[in-house]
Amino acid sequence: MKLDAKIPAGPLTGKWESYLDHIALVSPANKRKRKIIVVGTGLAGASAAATLGELGYKVLAFCYQDSARRAHSIAAQGGINAAKNYQNDGDSVWRLFYDTIKGGDFRAREANVYRLAEISNQIIDQCVAQGVPFAREYGGVLANRSFGGAQVSRTFYARGQTGQQLLLGAYSALTRQVALGQVEMYPKTEMLELVLVDGRARGIVTRNLETGKIESHAADAVILASGGYGNVYYLSTNAKGCNTTAIWRAYKKGAGFANPSFVQIHPTCIPKTGDYQSKLTLMSESLRNDGRIWVPKKKNDKRPANDIPEAERDYYLERLYPSFGNLVPRDVASRAAKRMCDEGHGVGMTGLGVYLDFDDAIDRLGEQTVRERYGNLFEMYERITGEDPYQVPMRIYPAIHYVMGGLWVDYNLMSTIDGLFVLGEANFSDHGANRLGASALMQGLADGYFVIPYTLGQYLAGVAGDEIDTRHAAFTQAEKEVIEYQGKLLGIGGKQTVDTFHRRLGEILWNNCGMSREEKGLSEAIDKIKALRDEFWSALRIPGDGGQLNQELEKAGRVADFFELAELLARDALARRESCGGHFREEFKTPEGEALRDDENFRHAAVWEYNGEDKEPIRNIEPLEFENVELTQRSYK
Amino acid sequence: MKLTLHIWRQKSREDKGGFVTYRLDDSSPHMSFLEMLDVLNQQLIEQGKDPVAFEHDCREGICGACGLVINGYPHGPQEGTTTCQLHMRHFKDGQEITIEPWRSKAFPVIKDLVVDRSAYDRLMQKGGYISVRTGSGADANAIPIPKEKAELAMDAAECIGCGACVAACPNGAAMLFVSAKVSHLGLLPQGQPERDARAIQMVKKMQAEGFGACTNYRECEAVCPKNISINFIARLNRDFLKAALFCGSEKGGKRSK
Repeated sequence: MKLDAKIPAGPLTGKWESYLDHIALVSPANKRKRKIIVVGTGLAGASAAATLGELGYKVLAFCYQDSARRAHSIAAQGGINAAKNYQNDGDSVWRLFYDTIKGGDFRAREANVYRLAEISNQIIDQCVAQGVPFAREYGGVLANRSFGGAQVSRTFYARGQTGQQLLLGAYSALTRQVALGQVEMYPKTEMLELVLVDGRARGIVTRNLETGKIESHAADAVILASGGYGNVYYLSTNAKGCNTTAIWRAYKKGAGFANPSFVQIHPTCIPKTGDYQSKLTLMSESLRNDGRIWVPKKKNDKRPANDIPEAERDYYLERLYPSFGNLVPRDVASRAAKRMCDEGHGVGMTGLGVYLDFDDAIDRLGEQTVRERYGNLFEMYERITGEDPYQVPMRIYPAIHYVMGGLWVDYNLMSTIDGLFVLGEANFSDHGANRLGASALMQGLADGYFVIPYTLGQYLAGVAGDEIDTRHAAFTQAEKEVIEYQGKLLGIGGKQTVDTFHRRLGEILWNNCGMSREEKGLSEAIDKIKALRDEFWSALRIPGDGGQLNQELEKAGRVADFFELAELLARDALARRESCGGHFREEFKTPEGEALRDDENFRHAAVWEYNGEDKEPIRNIEPLEFENVELTQRSYK
Repeated sequence: MKLTLHIWRQKSREDKGGFVTYRLDDSSPHMSFLEMLDVLNQQLIEQGKDPVAFEHDCREGICGACGLVINGYPHGPQEGTTTCQLHMRHFKDGQEITIEPWRSKAFPVIKDLVVDRSAYDRLMQKGGYISVRTGSGADANAIPIPKEKAELAMDAAECIGCGACVAACPNGAAMLFVSAKVSHLGLLPQGQPERDARAIQMVKKMQAEGFGACTNYRECEAVCPKNISINFIARLNRDFLKAALFCGSEKGGKRSK
């Protein structure tokens, strides 16, 4: 597999500008003739489809939801970073770039991250022009808050619903193009296969989720903006429908899959209560600004929190990390919580939880101030748990939240398949081994509004404008395979439900490939996943047929792909013999128990290449060059 | 908890549909309402029966996909809560629960509890946006917006597009949904150039899609999971009236019909 990142020459700070000055353009008359497929309508997909439509391309946009507005970007709470420096507190494009590279534990590409930081400012301008109601100060200018331990206030936000407002902005721009006939929208439609003609991505095969109709769509290029695969763990903060199918199909057609084991586990989620649990809910990271995290000093202490005297509480983050205390980064806080629970200090019904206590904050600030800052989060907590956090401490536990891994892309956001572009969480490009808070929204919109419109034009200007239609043999063959595969799933004829298997798969991954990983557990996980996968293919039951709305069939197709991805994820974690960011190997830690990077041997992206059914995939590498920043060890003591 | 569930089952758009009663013996007060339905579906599949189809996605109250009429109330008995965030502790052991889809002319049933809300997307296509090309925005701080106005716009913008307002309205009106969008954009300076056209086109489209008219029942506000106020409907009415009277008059053109 050839991995050419195609990073423009010249100094880091001038790469993108000089790239824009020299790219080839597509004439308006030719844009009209070019068709682009966009899969997914979250921040990246909706902004890309809208912008490409505005430019004059003919766009076909697909989402599995009943409306483009429901993509899971909508659930992002905290905010979006930009280097505007409106606060005059010393922020700059360089600082945002540096924080992002360092936060990612030096496992991302300098040139991509610098471009992201540069574009961040344009995003805010664009969103305000669309009518996104960002928070404002009394003077009418935009407000900012600090987030994720940054030393500057660079996060723009719309209450606790920033993702919702940004997505509705992108959705409205998309809607306008639908009304103008530039974008043809296919809701309730799931991509099931990528179609290549002469090595180029030329289309997709889809299933209409209401009628079951299998259909082909042809285009000049295909863009995947289908989000992350955190649901491979079953329990996560993702929406129930989030899946890997689109990028997994592309992987099996030859797209490199980079760093699949780089997964972010968020420390402040509401713990699970029982086996029926279907998803986990995130409580904003901002709660750690005033809440104190503790567990009982005594093991298996079943007393109610308020009956445990102060002297018998262990504020372990404050004890272990005196200088950062409760504000250590996400990966560090998550691992510490797990350690406490594994040692028997966990609280709540399942013992998998730690307290997040606002008692001191209420004493210090008064209940009114706490209510103003966190009222809506406290309400949400009470709605779900039935407990009042003003009276008893919240219980929290880490949960799968985001994936930094994804399809490998070059500087143009093109995968290793010619004409296949990947945007947003679905690609691997910007967050290295750990993502900073409020950076996911920034990346999704940067890719969609401000990168792909240029890099796609550059690509299209260089390829033949030959028309292709869905009667081509490559499409009929792909459709046939999709129908056969679906028939195979429906015909298993076992007795167990998809959810039963998905839950068991999630448990294997969570226990062996979650917050802490080690060689033995990872090797065992690979065997267990394979065994469970065989069981899935012999004992699954899907009621009904494929010619109608069949939610069990939808889930089964996604879980079948999760099984294959899970194995690759474990393999990637096994092969990376170092700890970095969210990837923590027990064998590689400092004497104090912190992540220990191995820059000499692992300063690279691992890019996996599909090698055929039941054959071991090939691990390729893209070495990461750091010409502008110095590699340092992260410490929060 | 033991429950008796009366659930609307309908095979397809054409099927007439009807209630089927199920007994569920092992639900827990800690479950969400949708997790209770998950448990029922697992049992149905294991018994070789067809599970109940229902819409859901984020399960944290923001995507707007879920929506069931529970004992007559869209999104159930708890105020300001989507179906996915409603928990079983609000029900009693042994209770009978009736579960239906949204019922409205403009939202036809697709299967069981799943309805077709594409009319909302078509409404949005009639001006539920600000026409601005990517890259043509001025600096974000170029136009200051008073905090109170921005906050009010945000109150309206919180709408999740679930359709509960339509389901609750005896007239099947989509006024709360449309008024939230018209108010959100109309309160901001960026939304002014298209404000008149937006109000007129969206109201016209609402009628064309088969939604009813508002006669102030206020049921929409009562069931809205985001507590969107009907004050926005008053704002929509003012915008519509003003636009209908004066639209085009600056150019000496004819009044809009």
